[in-house]
Amino acid sequence: MAALVRSRHRWKRINCLQVFTRNLTGKYNYDLLVIGGGSGGLACSKEAAQLGQKVAVLDYVEPTAKGTKWGLGGTCVNVGCIPKKLMHQAALLGTAVKDAKKYGWQISGTVCHDWATMAEAVQNHVRSLNWGHRVQLQDKKVKYLNLKGSLVDEHTVRGVNKAGRETILTAKNIVIATGGRPKYPTTIPGAMEHGITSDDIFWLKKSPGKTLVVGASYVALECAGFLTGIGLDATVMVRSIALRGFDQQMAGLVTDYMEAYGTKFVWKSVPNRVDKLSSGALQVTWTDTQTGSQHKDTYDSVLWAVGRAPETKALGLDKLGVQLNKETGKIVVGADESTSVPNIYAFGDIGEGRPELTPTAIKAGKLLAHRLAGQSAELMNYDNVPTTVFTPLEYGCVGLSEEEAEKRHGKDGIEVYHAFYKPLEFTVAERDASQCYIKVICERGGNRKILGLHFTGPNAGEVTQGFSMGFQCGATYSHLLQTVGIHPTCGEEVVKINITKRSGLDATVTGC
Amino acid sequence: MDPTTGPLLGFYDYDLLVIGGGSGGLAAAKVAAGLRKKVLILDLMAPSARGIKRGLGGSSFNADSIRKYLQQTSLLGIAINDSQMYGWKFKEEVSHGWSDLVQAVQEQVKSSTVELKRELKSCGVIYLNAWGVIVGPHTVEVTETNGRKRCLTAETLLIATGDRPQYLGIPGDKEYCLTSEDLPSLHHPPGRTLVVGGSAEGLEWAGFLFGLGMSVTVMLQPDLLPGFDCKMAEKIENHMIVGGVNFLYHCSLTKVKQTEDVISAPPQHLSKGRLQVTVMYKDGQTKHEDFDTVCHLFFLFLQHYPHQDQQQPHIYICVAVVCRCCSLLEGKHAPATSVWSVSGCSAAKSMLHFSGCCSEPRFCAQQLLFNCCMFLCVRSTGRILVNERDQTNIDYIYAVGSVQHGHPATTGLSVHAGRLLARRLYGGESILCDYTNVPTVMLTPLEYAACGLTEEKANLTFGENSIEVYHSFYWPMEWTLPSRHKNSCYVKVICHIPEQERVVGLHIMGPNAGDVLQGFVTAMKCGLTKQQLDATVGIHPGSAQVLTSLNQTRRMTDALMLRGNC
Repeated sequence: MAALVRSRHRWKRINCLQVFTRNLTGKYNYDLLVIGGGSGGLACSKEAAQLGQKVAVLDYVEPTAKGTKWGLGGTCVNVGCIPKKLMHQAALLGTAVKDAKKYGWQISGTVCHDWATMAEAVQNHVRSLNWGHRVQLQDKKVKYLNLKGSLVDEHTVRGVNKAGRETILTAKNIVIATGGRPKYPTTIPGAMEHGITSDDIFWLKKSPGKTLVVGASYVALECAGFLTGIGLDATVMVRSIALRGFDQQMAGLVTDYMEAYGTKFVWKSVPNRVDKLSSGALQVTWTDTQTGSQHKDTYDSVLWAVGRAPETKALGLDKLGVQLNKETGKIVVGADESTSVPNIYAFGDIGEGRPELTPTAIKAGKLLAHRLAGQSAELMNYDNVPTTVFTPLEYGCVGLSEEEAEKRHGKDGIEVYHAFYKPLEFTVAERDASQCYIKVICERGGNRKILGLHFTGPNAGEVTQGFSMGFQCGATYSHLLQTVGIHPTCGEEVVKINITKRSGLDATVTGC
Repeated sequence: MDPTTGPLLGFYDYDLLVIGGGSGGLAAAKVAAGLRKKVLILDLMAPSARGIKRGLGGSSFNADSIRKYLQQTSLLGIAINDSQMYGWKFKEEVSHGWSDLVQAVQEQVKSSTVELKRELKSCGVIYLNAWGVIVGPHTVEVTETNGRKRCLTAETLLIATGDRPQYLGIPGDKEYCLTSEDLPSLHHPPGRTLVVGGSAEGLEWAGFLFGLGMSVTVMLQPDLLPGFDCKMAEKIENHMIVGGVNFLYHCSLTKVKQTEDVISAPPQHLSKGRLQVTVMYKDGQTKHEDFDTVCHLFFLFLQHYPHQDQQQPHIYICVAVVCRCCSLLEGKHAPATSVWSVSGCSAAKSMLHFSGCCSEPRFCAQQLLFNCCMFLCVRSTGRILVNERDQTNIDYIYAVGSVQHGHPATTGLSVHAGRLLARRLYGGESILCDYTNVPTVMLTPLEYAACGLTEEKANLTFGENSIEVYHSFYWPMEWTLPSRHKNSCYVKVICHIPEQERVVGLHIMGPNAGDVLQGFVTAMKCGLTKQQLDATVGIHPGSAQVLTSLNQTRRMTDALMLRGNC
């Protein structure tokens, strides 16, 4: 303890001048300590530093069961959005090459894909981003500590480095933004020994080969999608429904497209065990829950995408009495991201009921930094957050799903406009567009306020973004009607929408 | 029968007669037919000088789809290059086969025309492949392709004839030059190409051809992207120059002649150069250069955003109402009573210029021969003047699309205007077409889409001090692996400070700019402000999210460069 006090004194001396000029009490090492260097944590710490606070961010990556580890930046940069989007792009380019032949490009011989080239390029890009984050933290005068942090009390954090050495840090406020990690199923023999998760797939040096993806979350579908796209044999095993929480009609279109695209689906099945055969292949045994029959097949890789668990265990939250949700293990947070313990805040994937999305974490982190610095009282608005699933046929949405809208407003309280459209670039390429679909859910009465907007098709993310802006401004159906379309784009189909589901008319868009 | 028009229908053959089967005309016809009106649509295009005919659908179904296909082709060329960075392996060099593309595109256009005709039939619109000439009140003389003539009457007439490429008027233009209508029907690759015109379409075509591996030179005649945001125009030009497209400035084309006989030249000799063009520079110097193909494209978007703020001294009364004055064209005189006067223009003056205006075979409007009804047209363009209800000076004649004067000419707008017009006429609605905040997209190699005011126009309208311009470069994630240039893609948001920074102009340059912009157009319709832009959560990882986190203003920096990433 004496050593600790001394070290605290040393800290204080070093930073004394700085602290003084910043007009702070000097009681703590830092104004703000952020545990977790993901999108949210970095945004929060940088913003706080910009506002004149003294900030440190602790980031430590626990290697996966397969030994994969990575640098600063969290899930999004290393094992999430960024590598996923790049591999999705690789798959799209594969389709583009096929299309190109129809557009007159002369490509002779077979075209094949080399995993190693792609993986290396993607990994190098991710490393450059890791470096970029380091540089940015330095620029913004945020102290970066490669330590695994856990809470000691409401102002103190214990950091442990790779070698096991401890450091004690104090701060006025502590923000927890450690996010989550993929789960392994606990009851399936061989799952952990032979399986990988989304934390590993992007860092594989060798192609995963024939892959079984267990789960039907967006992570599962996205991974299976790009694996199929680059020419691998990919199978998705679904226990009940695909894309839980999303509009189920849209989820159906996404999986229909994937099936046509070449991804195999094993519906209503649960795996029993994974065994490694002498050939090195993995034998998976599963049960069809409808018939009860057992099936077997061999794969080169098994990818578990059965959900994500929050990184709360090592934080020492229970000792402090930070309230957790028993079921999910996530931290219970208020609208201002506060936990049940004063001075401790939590946001991002670790917050109970928060969307697990990078942009919300970034925005919430920045707003939190402003509030903690006493600069504003603005709260994060978690409603109408737009999102996009980068499956082979992209799906973008904002607002309520049809099911949710029906639940809140009643079947008679909503009007659903919909359209099946054909992107112009699909025509010459002779691609099937039967899953390209738009659905706009409006209130039936009043001025027909838009409650939800769903779009499947190319560039769904880009199309959805602007309409999510419309949600901010309270867009109504008549606003859509009054918008001039941009010809020739897919986005214009949204503003041309006019067939209601109630009318029962054919929703296929024809002509121009 | 609809009771409201019941008594009138007895007098006329049709409720609505649409001249011109372009996007605007079709949209209006379909909506009107949907409201149980009897609609006739006339569409016949004279073949271009090269004999290229086009089917029903006007510029939207033909030119616009073709533009999109060609853009897609050149994008796929880039995709093939990129794909190697993403791990795709090709056995041999990839090349482009022009004739395969032309065939695929032509087939697609043909099949969509067939589909369109079927659709018209199913919604009850009567379609005639015939010429229409307005010969009397409510009366149109219809000339079918076999030469059969008859007169049809309609309660309401709608002119939606659009516009067509214009020839340069120099020696050799009609014989040797191609227009955008001819290019997609060319059986051999255009090879080394000179594109005359710095319009949107000129740059688009230059981009397409360049993307297919041709050597392309653009002659800016008269100007680079007139009416567009200057700084954006410069960026587009810059991107093309960096890509390898040549630009010729301050010069004009004076002569085109053939140096080799076309028929005797086998296809493999195409690169030798078959056309010799004479270029005259501003200082009077002339230069000769050889090209395989010369195409000129300076017509369509020339009047894109006409400078409405400049006083238009050239509003002439070309033709005025009153029938029975066919003598007007022949005898060039008319009873003074038949002339409708317009503020600032005396009738006499208008008459003097009348022949001049209508003899320019510039736009299809003239081909309608308004020899009985006198329209208000604009002398410089020959386009028809309309009021806010898209109505011409003759109550029962309306006009939509690029044939209108003073409005941007985009397909989306024509469709929108046509639909709203039909709803106003027959659906009891009163919504007018809003000609502000019209989005437009340019399918240049780096797509450009814009909605609302240009920076220049905003400064002029509101004054520089009440305008805040937020801007940013961005690097689309797909571009990272092929390491394409970081500071190419760019967004600009122009806000009007006194109205809580309401967004009055939005400009995007980058992949899929059109798709990105569409939703923002709706948001602008709802009065989008900068604060709402900031309050929206981005979609990660996408390009459009850059618009939710703009914090650099033009005031803060004029030399903004992207350093970090993500």
